[in-house]
Amino acid sequence: MADLTTNFAGIHSPNPFWLASAPPTNTGEQVMRAFDAGWGGAVWKTIGEPITNVSSRYSSIDWNAQRMMGLNNVELISDRPIEVNLREITEVKRRYPRHAVIASLMVESTREAWHQIVKRTEDAGADGLELNFGCPHGMSERGMGAAVGQVPEYTQRITEWVKEVARTPVLVKLTPNVTDIRVIARAARRAGADGLSAINTINSITGIDLSTFAPRPNVDGKSSHGGYCGPAVKPIALNMVQQVMADDVDGPSIPLSGIGGIGNWQDAAEFLLLGCTSVQVCTAVMHYGYRIVQEMIDGLSNWMDANGFATISDLRGKSLAKVTEWKHLNLNYKIVAQIDEALCIGCQLCHIACWDGAHQCIHVDRVSGPGGAKGPINGHVEVHAKPREMGRERIVTTPIPKLDPPRQHIGPYATSLERIPRVDETECVGCNLCSLVCPVDDCITMVERPTGLPPQTWAERSEGSECAPP
Amino acid sequence: MELVKNPEIAHRFPDLHPAMDARAAVVEANRCLNCFDAPCMGACPTHIDVPGFIRKIATGNVAGSATTILDANVLGASCARVCPVQVLCEGACVLHGKHQKPIEIGRLQRFATESFYDAGGRLTLRQRPERPERIACIGAGPASLSCAAELRQQGFQVRVIDRRTLPGGLNTYGVAEYKLRAADSLREVEMVRGLGVEFETRDIDAISLASLEREFNAIFLGVGLGAMHRLDIAGADTEGAGLIAEARIIDALKFIAAYKSGAPLSVGRRVVVVGAGNTAIDAACAAKRLGADTVTIVYRRQRENISAFDFEYDHALREGVEFVWSTLPTAIAATNNALTLTCVTVSQDANGQLAPQSGSEFTLDCDTVIPAIGQSPLLDLLSQVRGITMERGRVVINRATGQTANPKYFAGGDCVNGGREVVDAVADGKRAAHGIAAWLTAQPPTHPEVPLG
Repeated sequence: MADLTTNFAGIHSPNPFWLASAPPTNTGEQVMRAFDAGWGGAVWKTIGEPITNVSSRYSSIDWNAQRMMGLNNVELISDRPIEVNLREITEVKRRYPRHAVIASLMVESTREAWHQIVKRTEDAGADGLELNFGCPHGMSERGMGAAVGQVPEYTQRITEWVKEVARTPVLVKLTPNVTDIRVIARAARRAGADGLSAINTINSITGIDLSTFAPRPNVDGKSSHGGYCGPAVKPIALNMVQQVMADDVDGPSIPLSGIGGIGNWQDAAEFLLLGCTSVQVCTAVMHYGYRIVQEMIDGLSNWMDANGFATISDLRGKSLAKVTEWKHLNLNYKIVAQIDEALCIGCQLCHIACWDGAHQCIHVDRVSGPGGAKGPINGHVEVHAKPREMGRERIVTTPIPKLDPPRQHIGPYATSLERIPRVDETECVGCNLCSLVCPVDDCITMVERPTGLPPQTWAERSEGSECAPP
Repeated sequence: MELVKNPEIAHRFPDLHPAMDARAAVVEANRCLNCFDAPCMGACPTHIDVPGFIRKIATGNVAGSATTILDANVLGASCARVCPVQVLCEGACVLHGKHQKPIEIGRLQRFATESFYDAGGRLTLRQRPERPERIACIGAGPASLSCAAELRQQGFQVRVIDRRTLPGGLNTYGVAEYKLRAADSLREVEMVRGLGVEFETRDIDAISLASLEREFNAIFLGVGLGAMHRLDIAGADTEGAGLIAEARIIDALKFIAAYKSGAPLSVGRRVVVVGAGNTAIDAACAAKRLGADTVTIVYRRQRENISAFDFEYDHALREGVEFVWSTLPTAIAATNNALTLTCVTVSQDANGQLAPQSGSEFTLDCDTVIPAIGQSPLLDLLSQVRGITMERGRVVINRATGQTANPKYFAGGDCVNGGREVVDAVADGKRAAHGIAAWLTAQPPTHPEVPLG
């Protein structure tokens, strides 16, 4: 079985699965239950001067009857006294010395306040510190959280203050609510941060109640922008993780704890492949509880075994080299869609997607239609008419058993040939759309059609050209 | 017969398929792949935009969903309950190709239409000018209702004429109560009436036909079929003659109409149903629910020859109905407090010819015999309609327009197809309405359809 132990800039944990600073890490009791369930580490719910929260704090986006594709919150940092949180950290570390406890911190932007909280937290026994420069709501209005993380100079200065006294590794948590997350990451690196975590939640309004016209979550008739997280944000998080990890301006990258929509081992593996050293999870636990970590450990371990990865470091960052700028992509690589007729169920979603949403090269013309369709013809289509719905053009009656012949079925496949779309390869641009909408696994595959040309990128093609981009 | 509310019937005939609640409907609706030129839509004789109405359920637009359904099929609520969806929309669902359960289109359609009606929703007339032409629809069953509604939608003046007190035809009187309640059928009729269709109760004969021809610009024949065939065997005419109250012979449609109308009805302890079509099964299951200890279906051929749908046969087995194959009744005798049905075993050769086997005679003691061996065409009435062509007891029409050999007459439903489903009658009526509108305005029909290859 693969070795999942993790060393994040000197913070050790039995596996790379940490709970993110959030409601699941609000109390010592919760964190201990999480460790019992299998979590390797926990970033404590942000400690600072206690705040008062509003009632009604979360809202979510459902998608196609599935709950919580995205979650939004207007909850602030811990509402519990600093000394209570620190006492519980001590207790947890006493009972779980092998697990990682990282204290998330946020105090007013003075050197004294930061020095004081760092010392108290380390004295309590925390394994590391995570500076919350990312909280996008409420705290930022008071000059903390994202108000710090959106300004590189502030990020650098406060990180420097912390590093002046810190004895444990210091992570800076980055907000995604910036134009270029790398600028903030560089500031943290310049200040001597030992690691980063990204991303914090994204500014959002999840939706509006169409009967009251009030956005959600509703706090006495009004709402405020909240922090968005959950499965919906994973692609954004992956992109920002890649940007930070591939950035070598102002020095080499430092360890990154990946956050954003991670709910299973596959998500986690993706973050690790883009260079993360650990991952943090919140929404999935808020949805299903701590128990989900078992599946994550098991799945990651099995996948690592199957791919010959003995340790997390064996796979970390393996995908980074496979991300490049568009101008370095090969313009002479050509693929086309291929439909496996034996698997096709005849939904024709590829046809209408290609017709209305792409390049009009997937046709339903294998069999001449009742309206006089002529059968397969290749070439550019420019017909100002909507695609035919032949089903509506036929008189049909309920088939009576033993009386009516079975429905007309054409061709050797399970689906009648008249319903199986056909790709006109002369027009296919290889966009993938049909294979994305096809509901059957492996039915539409994109296959390479060698162009006979050597690989050539846009950068190469436009080299020396007068209209080359700067 | 009037519709009498009989709580005992409601108790004994609960819905065969439970209604869907809103959440379940949304979850199910979201399983739909939203096929293009969807096979379910193609398989529906009325071509309801199934993915369209399902998408509207998924997005909380129930009124829009119901309107999409009812626009294509004005009896969409009853079709949702009575359609053999296994061989129609759900049978065509592409999810079969993925070895998954098809979308429950019937139950979703029922959810949409019933939610709409329960919330006070009504059919709305399209924006169009009123037209002066008048059309009479004879028969108030699904074909006429559909034809009348579509004609009103196009601005024509329509009157529906039926001999029975309650409109709705077999939807009101002939569908098993656990599929469709008579009250649901009547609610749908009220929706059609709400479009401005007039209803009249009277018998039609040669004289009234002549006056209708003068009074109306076109006439639609949606008269359905006539009485059920009688058993042509000795003793079969003893109905009500000298038999005690509980032992009797009653044909399946009369039997179903009687219990559906709420009439007090007791059924014998031992019931024999003759015939194995869908109506036979409806009657057999009803007898079981009305208290019969044993219900036996006697059929002259084999299991694989029955005209009932497979799912109806399976349903009958679940209800406890027994089947006796290759058996032909030859006589009924009334004995003390009971009936004795004499039967003979028949063999079937390769050509399907039946031959009674000598010496195979046996008797079945029972209390009620329910013949369900098909309906005869209404030849008495139809023979008086001038200029139409009949073939094997059916009115001959142009499939695309519903027009008969007499251009003033159009026809659809059971009197044309020999007895099919409600949805087929609705589709016929709708096509005929387009045909009538096109004929009266000398325009090509707006929705030309061609017979399936």
